[in-house]
Amino acid sequence: MADSKAVQIIKEDLWRSNPVTVQILGICSTLAVTNIFLNTLIMGLGLTFVTAFSALTISVLRKVIPQRVRMMVQTLVISSFVVIVDISLKAYVPDISKSLGPYVGLIITNCIIMGRMEAFASSNTPGLSFWDGLMSGIGYSWILLVIAFVRELLGFGTMLGVQIMDPLMHSIGVSTGWVQWSFMIMAPGGFFMLATFIWISNHLFAIRAANKGA
Amino acid sequence: MEGLSPWVLFFAAIFTGNILLTYFLGMCSFLSVSKQLKTAFGLGLAVTFVLTITAALNWLVYWYLLDPLGLEYLRYIVFIVVIAASVQLLEMFIERYSESLYINLGIFLPLITVNCAILGVSLFMVIRKYTFIQSVAFGVGSGIGWLIAIVAMAGIRERINEKKIPAALQGPGIALIISGIMAMAFIGFSGMVQIQ
Repeated sequence: MADSKAVQIIKEDLWRSNPVTVQILGICSTLAVTNIFLNTLIMGLGLTFVTAFSALTISVLRKVIPQRVRMMVQTLVISSFVVIVDISLKAYVPDISKSLGPYVGLIITNCIIMGRMEAFASSNTPGLSFWDGLMSGIGYSWILLVIAFVRELLGFGTMLGVQIMDPLMHSIGVSTGWVQWSFMIMAPGGFFMLATFIWISNHLFAIRAANKGA
Repeated sequence: MEGLSPWVLFFAAIFTGNILLTYFLGMCSFLSVSKQLKTAFGLGLAVTFVLTITAALNWLVYWYLLDPLGLEYLRYIVFIVVIAASVQLLEMFIERYSESLYINLGIFLPLITVNCAILGVSLFMVIRKYTFIQSVAFGVGSGIGWLIAIVAMAGIRERINEKKIPAALQGPGIALIISGIMAMAFIGFSGMVQIQ
């Protein structure tokens, strides 16, 4: 049974060729903010917005843009959308915007967006490109959200700023409460979490391939 | 950030605030170009070179052009254009004047435009309000820090090739674990100087 193209895109982007675990693209701009769940959520939304609308724009313009300067045009389109995200964040959630610091701007150099423009948007119709951009953004964000979930929970003992682990430890009779894994908040925690995630997903792929072969 | 000596910033950017190992910037090329020691070193040099030049240029553009005109919000677009243009110019310049340098460095230059570390340094320098000298010191330091990280990584990966690694962890997986361990080692420096 052949899936329609839109459904195929969902499967590809969310799991089978997920930008983070399979293609290992674009982790620069976002891995750094995965120690707090809320920040990751905002970054993920921003990135998804930028990817989707840049894909739409590039796809609409794909026949007009000369081949030689297309990288420059793509970068400019992406930067314009990032400026929109940045200004909106500053206006509506100034605290988060401040704690994200330069990372919002770094969405521009996120390889995923550039990759989707090159690989998909420059040779597909606007509707499909928008869909692909949206799904790539979500496929990227959900993995980082899982990583952020673990890092914030172990690192601060909180979820979305609400203390969870402390009462939990008290309720099972540990009087010292939750001992924070400060390691998780720092950079190595991010590296190890991502590596673990890639390990698990590669393992699942291997099992699936083996099942198919049998 | 007025009183901070450029030397302090320089060392801090290499060790305590390594652009790659603490801020995760420049990961893409770090993971994909760290398979061979020689190419890693070439790319590291090129990044250091471009970082220094773009930090200086972007500082001038921001404080003498964008800030007085009240156009700070255009900085992303302007910075990325400045970076792309200076990489292009640099490539032409090197090609014209030094063939051997072009062969060693030239192939990496186009890759650098999309290296997050370059844009990251320019943005950090604006947010932290560094002076010109501080920005240049920060740029050189970050470049050298990145160079050290990628060369160390390539050295480790060259040796690890012959070892037995779980199949699902080969390639980027093991590279990330190595980066994690390197980042832990660099945390050991954190008592020395503190920026930000």
